[in-house]
Amino acid sequence: MDPHIQSYKKLGGVLGVLLVLTAITVGVSRLDLGSLSLWVAMVIAGMKSALVLLFFMHLKYESWLIRGSFLMTIGVLALFIGFMFWDVAFR
Amino acid sequence: MGSHQDTVGARIGMWLFLYTEIMLFGGLFVLYGAYYRIHAVEFIGTGQELDMVLGCVNTVILLVSSFFVAASVTAVRRNSTKGAMAFLAGAVLLGGLFLLNKYFEWGHKFHLGIYPGSPGLGESPPGRIVFYGLYFTITGLHAFHIVMGMVLLIVCIAMTGLGRIQKERFLLLENCGLYWHLVDLIWIFIFPLFYLIL
Amino acid sequence: MTSFYHTPFPARFRGVWAWLLTLDHKRIALLYLGAVMFWFIIAIVLGFLVRMELMTPGRTIMGAETYNAAFTLHGVIMIFLFVIPAMPAIFGNFLLPIQIGTDDVFFPKLNLLSWYLYMLGGVLAIVSLFADGPPDTGWTFYVPFSVSTQTNVGLTVTAAFTLGLSSMLTGLNFITTVHRMRVPGMGWLQIPLFTWSLYATAWVQLLATPVLSITLLLVVFERVFGTGLFDPARGGDPVLYQHLFWMYSHPAVYIMILPGMGVISEIIPVFSRKSIFGYKAIVGSSLGIATAGSLVWAHHMFTSGMSDVAVFVFSFLTFIVAIPSAIKVFSWVSTMYKGSILMTPPLFFALCFIYLFSVGGLTGLVLGSAGTNIQVHDTHFVVAHFHFVMFGGTGFSFFAALHFWWPKIFGRMYDFKRAYLSALLIVTGFMLHYVPMFILGLQGMPRRYHDYLEQFAPGNLFAGLGALIMVPGLFLMVINLMMSLKQPVDAPADPWGGTTLEWSVPSPPPLHNFIERPSPGEYPYDFSRVGTP
Repeated sequence: MDPHIQSYKKLGGVLGVLLVLTAITVGVSRLDLGSLSLWVAMVIAGMKSALVLLFFMHLKYESWLIRGSFLMTIGVLALFIGFMFWDVAFR
Repeated sequence: MGSHQDTVGARIGMWLFLYTEIMLFGGLFVLYGAYYRIHAVEFIGTGQELDMVLGCVNTVILLVSSFFVAASVTAVRRNSTKGAMAFLAGAVLLGGLFLLNKYFEWGHKFHLGIYPGSPGLGESPPGRIVFYGLYFTITGLHAFHIVMGMVLLIVCIAMTGLGRIQKERFLLLENCGLYWHLVDLIWIFIFPLFYLIL
Repeated sequence: MTSFYHTPFPARFRGVWAWLLTLDHKRIALLYLGAVMFWFIIAIVLGFLVRMELMTPGRTIMGAETYNAAFTLHGVIMIFLFVIPAMPAIFGNFLLPIQIGTDDVFFPKLNLLSWYLYMLGGVLAIVSLFADGPPDTGWTFYVPFSVSTQTNVGLTVTAAFTLGLSSMLTGLNFITTVHRMRVPGMGWLQIPLFTWSLYATAWVQLLATPVLSITLLLVVFERVFGTGLFDPARGGDPVLYQHLFWMYSHPAVYIMILPGMGVISEIIPVFSRKSIFGYKAIVGSSLGIATAGSLVWAHHMFTSGMSDVAVFVFSFLTFIVAIPSAIKVFSWVSTMYKGSILMTPPLFFALCFIYLFSVGGLTGLVLGSAGTNIQVHDTHFVVAHFHFVMFGGTGFSFFAALHFWWPKIFGRMYDFKRAYLSALLIVTGFMLHYVPMFILGLQGMPRRYHDYLEQFAPGNLFAGLGALIMVPGLFLMVINLMMSLKQPVDAPADPWGGTTLEWSVPSPPPLHNFIERPSPGEYPYDFSRVGTP
């Protein structure tokens, strides 16, 4: 059993940052960044999901097995999407 | 069998299950990636037809509900049964609100003649049809997961009330919470991909 | 010590309920054994009928529509109901907990649920035959045909979805079990190789199967709602369906073969009386195959209109998978070198495996190389190749595992002479069956066709004769094993002189597998600890 009880204050703080990031991603999407805008949106979404994972889902306090296998899953998905582009991007 | 005490193992099992959910939605994101590349211009144009304000509201709803679920774990561990039940009830209500918004959003689109296989949609440019195809598939599957998550949270409320979830024994709550957070996590990516591409 | 047959778990159930509601991994394994063998025999019969139809040009025993349904069902049943679940669900369930010295899998209830999902998938598959006519798409369910055909593809797809869920949950269970329930003192490099291969497989099951689930769901959505995601007229791209499908289905090939390789890695050292050559290399190659094998899916699509860059990249990656596979083959052969070899039916099947799998693997390179692939794509060459790998590989390792662990599972020894005879019939029939198909493929005979030109007649005749030899051999093997249950020849705990933990417990094992906590050795294949049987 992990001994880390997260205080309401800390969880509230995380929620605050998440809401701020949401506002930022909406604001940035109004700017004309061309093809960059998708990447910016994805980076911000990645930051948000990292916060949810680390604090709400306690990934920060989990064993190497869960942290490692989670990264592996994301890696596999990234490879699946990436390798698809060997086809789609070069048609 | 000796496994019932091993909460670490049970949590590993839950994470493994979450990976399968990630890969399930992952297959759809693979499609999104490929079609975005093929139909970039139409995707951007069609994305503006979605109601961004409603998307924002739903994002906030899910983030706050996720906070409630995380807070309920803290409440249980601090031996506050009432607090935990209140937090969970709040999360379930927010889930319901999310679905209500989704209902109005989809209803409006249906009213405009936009739904999978609709004749009106059939006359639009190909990219627009694909965009809406993905939109309905992904948000529909996601809404289904919200319903499942709400069921799990309601079970947790009942179990907390019955004393089956308590200070020393909160594995079920933790695992159901993980599921709810994952559903939130997927929405974090759906939101910019559909509502914010301009 | 009473065996698990006499001690139901949970103890309050009696009779048939002691089986249908059991949480004992060994009983669940036997439930799977019964169901899988049932489907295996049906699929053999279907395959046999397909081959008989092709024995002479024109209509032989069935019309074209029936033929399409027969080969589709042969494929679907063999892949989803036999080859994928056979090893993990039967032998994995029975042996994985024992090999790592524990009393059950981590989630026994989930284990039982997996079996029920498997049965549900099977029932759905049967129902789909009779509802609106059997599916005729082939086991790949390619769009646009699978979306437009009038036959009952929706239900078959749902069956495959359910079976995928069952396979996924088994993988989840095994990973957790291996991580949390190894007997104290068993480090990662003391795990027997069969369990290692199941562990690597379980990761592939877990991460690749959901992609199939969503792909099949999309087919259902297409048929029900007409979403148009794969319809070119509406901006969709059918090639993307193939990408998604093979993202699962190529890794699935390794779900099918990896546990088989694990079985061979157990059998070869036992009957060579010699420690396995390259334990770490075999472990590493299992993980290597699982990783690299997940990234080569598009080599099934070289003629689909994919970009040339993709053809180049995926062809290159395919060649990389050959390396870990070859490491295993060399390790097995090196284990036998200067070993003290004892010939038994399981070893005989294992040796057939090595040969047939090598042929299957090398012809896989012919297909993986983009240039030659164009020539033989969608011909009988492909059919021969994957039958060498799936049947010559997984099938023969399954037979080897049956003969290797039969005494452990049932506590009975079977008749060796009939076992050898059946093995000989199967392997002779096999060669006569599939070697002509390589030649037919090179000559250009397409797969999945009901009829063919006169010039292909001799090859098809030989292939049909091969089936006539092979199928009786298969039935003889099954009958021989069944007959052992009648004969009172009891098997000792360790009939072969094996060193892994399953041989240290009685045959059949008691309910909680171990009477006292086992002590795993420094190394799972230390033959200085056992004498000759």
